[in-house]
Amino acid sequence: MKALMFGWEFPPHILGGLGTASYGLTKGMSLQPDMEITFVIPKPWGDEDQSFLRIIGANQIPVVWKDVNWDHVNSRIGNFMSPDDYYHFRNNIKYDFRRIGTDDLGCINFSGRYPENLLEEISNYEAVASVIAHAIQFDVIHAHDWLTYPAGRFAKQISGKPMVIHVHATDYDRSRGQVNPDVYRIEKEGMDAADHIMTVSNLTRRTVIEKYHQHPDKVTTVHNAVEPMANVEEFTKSERNDKVITFLGRITMQKGPEYFVEVATRVLQHTKGVRFVMAGSGDMMNKMIRLVAQKGIADKFHFTGFLKGRQVYEMLAESDVYMMPSVSEPFGISPLEAMQVGTPSIISKQSGCAEILNHVIKTDYWDIDAMADYIHAIVKYPAMYNSLRENGLAEVNNIKWEYAGQKVRRIYDMVCGR
Amino acid sequence: MKTINFCFRVHQRPNLKRYRFFEIGNDHYYYDDYANESAIRYASDNCYLEANRILLDMIRSSNGNFKVSFSISGLALEQFEQYAPEVIDSFKELAKTGSVEFLATPYGHSLAALYNEDEFALQVNMQANKIKELFGKKPTTFANSALLYSDEIGNTIASLGYKNIIVEGAKHILGWKSPNYLYSHAYNNKIKLLVRNNKLSDDINYRFSNWSWDQYPLTAEKFIGWIKDAPEAENIFTVFMGYEALGILNHKDSGIFEFFKALPFYAIEQNIGFELPSEICKKNKPVDTLSALYPMSWTDEEKDVSAWCGNELQNEALTKLYNLTERVHLCSDPMIKVDWQLLQDTAHFFFMNTKHYSDGMIYAQKIPYESPYEAFTNYMNVLSDFIERVNAQYPTDIESEELNALLKTIRNQEELIKKLETKKKAAKK
Repeated sequence: MKALMFGWEFPPHILGGLGTASYGLTKGMSLQPDMEITFVIPKPWGDEDQSFLRIIGANQIPVVWKDVNWDHVNSRIGNFMSPDDYYHFRNNIKYDFRRIGTDDLGCINFSGRYPENLLEEISNYEAVASVIAHAIQFDVIHAHDWLTYPAGRFAKQISGKPMVIHVHATDYDRSRGQVNPDVYRIEKEGMDAADHIMTVSNLTRRTVIEKYHQHPDKVTTVHNAVEPMANVEEFTKSERNDKVITFLGRITMQKGPEYFVEVATRVLQHTKGVRFVMAGSGDMMNKMIRLVAQKGIADKFHFTGFLKGRQVYEMLAESDVYMMPSVSEPFGISPLEAMQVGTPSIISKQSGCAEILNHVIKTDYWDIDAMADYIHAIVKYPAMYNSLRENGLAEVNNIKWEYAGQKVRRIYDMVCGR
Repeated sequence: MKTINFCFRVHQRPNLKRYRFFEIGNDHYYYDDYANESAIRYASDNCYLEANRILLDMIRSSNGNFKVSFSISGLALEQFEQYAPEVIDSFKELAKTGSVEFLATPYGHSLAALYNEDEFALQVNMQANKIKELFGKKPTTFANSALLYSDEIGNTIASLGYKNIIVEGAKHILGWKSPNYLYSHAYNNKIKLLVRNNKLSDDINYRFSNWSWDQYPLTAEKFIGWIKDAPEAENIFTVFMGYEALGILNHKDSGIFEFFKALPFYAIEQNIGFELPSEICKKNKPVDTLSALYPMSWTDEEKDVSAWCGNELQNEALTKLYNLTERVHLCSDPMIKVDWQLLQDTAHFFFMNTKHYSDGMIYAQKIPYESPYEAFTNYMNVLSDFIERVNAQYPTDIESEELNALLKTIRNQEELIKKLETKKKAAKK
């Protein structure tokens, strides 16, 4: 079974959960002996782990025929891809894409991020997909998230192979219901064209069925998992007098940061020896800083700014409670990461991961009293902390990408009629 | 002659209200009155009143040959007095027939037997007095909460004056032995043990309405047939279950009441009788001893105590609770005494059970919490407030023993003053 996957990011250079999930899923699927995965991303950095799959950078695929010699190609992109491959792709340019601005190799310059001209970048990605679809052999197309749906659709049109799409989030989650019509259109067209739709949670599955009018039979939930951490014992908690409760993530409307501030206010009114930390950055950060000042809890409430890589796990491990009061979270992998380093989590019921986790605290995102109560319990009753920690560790170590990969494989087999 | 010994446990758990930590120190009322009242009302209407009426009919129409015993917790009796006094009346009527025995049990449906001997003794005596007061007779047979029993508990019970005890027929205790005999305590042969036949009990309790059971439907004829087919020497069949089996666990429409009504007829036909636990223990001699080194109960597959004290949450809550025992015993505040009983209910700890949490097991009783963690949080908040109240009675920096001595001095002084005052008055006259 050969799968052609379209993604947007891949570790180690990631901006959100999409990259982590792409990596975990492909790695889990690579455990199946007959699985060959080609993963397309807009802009590889060269340090991606290619041991279990082949990564193609869209910015190295020619879409406009340019007469260039072997040495030039080798000097330009030789460290990513062999020039022979380049010529093979060049021979498969079937459409005229000269309207798109390209470089000396006929390739498009992708930012690989989420730029202002995102819609343009998406359609450029579609052009690249056409070349790839002509050039290589595959049995199934797998598109991750809305940015890649148009590319997947085009590849399907060209090759006639079945397409599955993987919904990691919808615009309904990102915008609390105020959807961007352009984004909605791309999502809807992608879903309509797909042979099967995979969602990361039942919550997202419901959104896909209800808001995008997809037939329930066509939509299957494949819950995310978490990569086992090799160096988990490196992350330990240092001795401290105060207990730390942490919010970690983009400080945006979707993540419900204002509820975290409210909870902090509630807890601090009645409990001593507790500190709150809001880690991350986002468009609501300044508003939150003002809110904290207004509530008069700034001496116990701290902002760290954006954390990356190792810092994230250090912060999680140093915390006594991790909180994710997301208003709408398609899956939400961070509570699983917190559990891996032994930190109890409080998550909103509106998070997809709540569907598969038992040993976490689940409340409604708006239920400030309940969240405050649980924080108090975890901080004051050691048995509560220890139980959540031990049971949580055991639970999270059993959530494996391998199983998710097998589920995806069954869907491949189904759409391929095997 | 073979005899059937029917026992029913009557108890409704007290429901705690949602109690947040910021209420600690401000709000000293812990209960969800609406839930408590509606649970009692529902159980009374669907089970207690209806079942009592039918059992009464059966006793009367069989000339007192049909016999049953009840183990009613003191808290249940209090709740009846408060919300459904007619249930008490109907039990009184049953008591008058003479074919009904009331068993001794701890006052609250508590784990005191495992944690504190003094508290256990206190509860058993309270319960016996309550039964005497309502039904006119002191109980002589003992059935612990959830049939908790070990050799040690057996000894304690005997020291409280009960020589007949009903215990669970746990496989790991019985081994190859049959539950259908009278046994005695491991090293005190004066203590007689009636063993619950959990197969027959669960057949009625859990499987009567279970359509996927291969023996469904269970008829009185079939049930009596099983007892008849048992080896001739096996003569005591103790069937013990929650009274809710009649009308709640098995709905009225399942035919459970008709099943019971038909039992005496088939029993008489097969020469099988009904007897009360105290009668059985008087008539029979123990055939062997049973030894239980570790506490056992009638719960779960394991028949042990892990349903209430199997994880860290439960142990924390129970330790904190029973650490208070001495102080509470010293207190004289009646509200503290009442809360003390209610907070010991086994249900609070059962809800903190993580054993089956992940596999979605269905329990006989609906669990009012979403997770064991929620149950723990709520209970601990309540307990924290209770601890503060108990500590407010007496300063915490004085050891309980010292405190006891001081209190005694004060009481003696009071008595002395009274005495002297009366003398003074007498002298004046």
